[in-house]
Amino acid sequence: MTDAAPRNTGSSWRTLARAGRFLGMPLLLAASLAATVAVHPDFGSFEIQSLALGALPLALAAAAQAIVVISGGIDLSIGSMIAVSNVLSASLMHHADFRQSLALSILVLVAGAGQGLLNGLVVAFSRIPDVVATLTTGFIWGGVALLILERPGGGAPAAYLNIGAGADFWPWLPNALVMMIVAIAAIWLPIRLSRIGLLIYAAGSDPVAAFRSGVNVMQARTIAYVFSGIACAFGGMALTMTTGIGAPLAGAYYTLSSVAAVVIGGVSLAGGRGGMVGPVIAALLLTLAPMVLVFLGIDPNYGQVIQGTLIVLVVMIAGFFAFLQERK
Amino acid sequence: MNEAPPLLHIRGVAKTFGAVRALRSADLEVRAGEAHALMGANGAGKSTLVKIITGVFPADAGEMTLAGQPAAFRSPAEARRAGIVSVYQDPAIVPDLTVAQNMRLARVSSDKVKAAMRDLGVERVDLKTVARDVDFALLRLIDLARALASDPRILMLDEITAALPADLSERVFKVVRDFRSRGASVIFISHRMAEIAMLCDRATVLRDGITVGVTPTKGAEETIVNLMLGSDVAKATTAPAARPARPETAHEAPALEVKDLAYGHALHGVSFRVNRGEVLGVAALEGQGQEELFDCIAGVRRADAGEVRAEGRVLKLRHPADAIRAGLVLVPANRLVSLLPQRSVQENVALAAFGRLRSWGPIAMGEERRRVDMAVRKLQIDTRAAAEVRRLSGGNMQKVVIARWIAAGFKTLLCFDPTRGIDMGAKKQIYALMREIADQGLSVLLFTSELPEIRLACDRAIVLFGGQISGEMPAAEADEARLLRAAHGLTRAEAAAALA
Repeated sequence: MTDAAPRNTGSSWRTLARAGRFLGMPLLLAASLAATVAVHPDFGSFEIQSLALGALPLALAAAAQAIVVISGGIDLSIGSMIAVSNVLSASLMHHADFRQSLALSILVLVAGAGQGLLNGLVVAFSRIPDVVATLTTGFIWGGVALLILERPGGGAPAAYLNIGAGADFWPWLPNALVMMIVAIAAIWLPIRLSRIGLLIYAAGSDPVAAFRSGVNVMQARTIAYVFSGIACAFGGMALTMTTGIGAPLAGAYYTLSSVAAVVIGGVSLAGGRGGMVGPVIAALLLTLAPMVLVFLGIDPNYGQVIQGTLIVLVVMIAGFFAFLQERK
Repeated sequence: MNEAPPLLHIRGVAKTFGAVRALRSADLEVRAGEAHALMGANGAGKSTLVKIITGVFPADAGEMTLAGQPAAFRSPAEARRAGIVSVYQDPAIVPDLTVAQNMRLARVSSDKVKAAMRDLGVERVDLKTVARDVDFALLRLIDLARALASDPRILMLDEITAALPADLSERVFKVVRDFRSRGASVIFISHRMAEIAMLCDRATVLRDGITVGVTPTKGAEETIVNLMLGSDVAKATTAPAARPARPETAHEAPALEVKDLAYGHALHGVSFRVNRGEVLGVAALEGQGQEELFDCIAGVRRADAGEVRAEGRVLKLRHPADAIRAGLVLVPANRLVSLLPQRSVQENVALAAFGRLRSWGPIAMGEERRRVDMAVRKLQIDTRAAAEVRRLSGGNMQKVVIARWIAAGFKTLLCFDPTRGIDMGAKKQIYALMREIADQGLSVLLFTSELPEIRLACDRAIVLFGGQISGEMPAAEADEARLLRAAHGLTRAEAAAALA
């Protein structure tokens, strides 16, 4: 009677739900790869390499979106920011050599951080909802991309374009996957391992409680946008590597696909919940799905319908696990 | 008593939200080492004043000095650095972080938190638990422990005991006393007069956003009540009218009958009946199954076994709509759950009446306005902030919830702790309303966490303990001692033995 004990958290449902949260996405990826091999026995290391390379920009877009969504916002300017970084890198590096292009990469990252900062400041100071604020800044970045490069063009030195191609370590470990892991870890680990991560999760989970705990919520969310901008810059350069050129309108696909990846990857759109592994694996799945449909010889026009259906199913299953977790 | 300058001095603070003047001219003077009560009816401006002191929002006018120096904080973080920490009514604990992460968020040393949690008797809480999985009462203690660990000069407690069972409240009082004895000050907000008298030296009383008096608390209950109620003293001094016992109406089916209701670990075969024209009180300590009981009857949760009958008819309750159709309507403890906070009073009241789509045509606006006006007048809802329900005070929000069911019509009102954190004036109005409902031949099932309310508002009481009914008595016999004994699962004989 007199002792207040915490609620029992060890029930089997909870254990199952927790396991589902941590293992669900890797298992889903493994199952999808197994299914792919089943329908297309030639699926080998080369296909893995092209999958990783193709998924690289989306994985970074998903990472960018995940950070903002965890902080309690949503970023609809991601596609435009990727486009800016894409055309900026392609036009700056067009006549550069490899070493210069690496130095210019840093410039592109700084520009990405600047765009993210502006997004964050607009959200923080205007108090306009994130959806509206980033939709409008997205228009601005889209215009900037067209100012930098009116039509598809530019380029980068071959050595730079080939960083992500092939597999230097092991045929089944494509360079693109290494890049993906290194780039995302470089953004995410400093957040996760420092106080910044705590602030971002707190701001997204319950802004009022966080504010009353002494957190500067708007500052935390602005920082999230800055990191999102950096991830988008990586994504834009990855797009340059995969396509070889800069295209001012190429980013559009990434805005909503990044939201899809975040939702599939178990990040709550309400904020404060989720991590980085889920969205990145979801980006791989979203890239794999159209490849499989091609292997199956399905009309690409059906592809989108099937892909959308799959997203709904995955989200429903994730919702089921969340429901289990809510139960005692 | 004490000639030293006050630690905290507030003069003429005012704050306006839109059309509502929450504070007109608030004064407050807190000495070092003093426990100071801040009192006032709901909507008097207590919470607003606390939030201004801690920098949640700025004041429109007035000044504040801390230890003689002018001070104004732009955020709770700034106030914390200056040594002012508040434990708000809803815990400032982030649900998706662990308890330990929440401590780190506020930059308090974990050793001090652990010491404070030990003092509060909650050291068994696993710091790695996600806050979402911790009980509400426990979260408040964790929040308090965190506040204590930051070694504030002034600790503000806003209704800290409102949701706490008696044993935990005792611990809080002890910790607060120890804290004071180290020379720090406490600002204590509570509606429970006994706590104030026990814990506090002086009280500042607010009414309609103005400080109307400062008084020592010893033996000053009447004075404080009169100050809170203003000129309308009569209201405060009338004792509840004695009521004749209701005649047994065994020949007719009871308005609500519950038989052998079971739900998980929470309820084990609960049976009782509520007659027509009766207010049945439910008393229980925290977490004895009362929430599950109300949820099952209201169709919010599905019972594992047992049946619920309304006027003799067995109900199939799969959804709140099933219960509402049978005339069973719930007034939940958390008022915001059942209101649309950004819509008007009128829409909120009308919602239940028009919840079901009888026709696809336009809403009869005249009819809506007539019904709503009637309900609003009847409950004396303060409609200064009628455009958005979320701007109303807690007591007025609660009235809006009840008004909606009055406008829509019902047979049995299920009230779950409707007076939690509500001032006396509003409480009395709500009791009177329940009596009026019963006099019209309708019924009320009322759970309350404040035991004295049972005698004031009910005809008969049942007591829940460990998911079973441990006592039943007419309201006249339901004094606090008897209710408490039953609420602890003690029979009379055992109690005598335990007390001997």
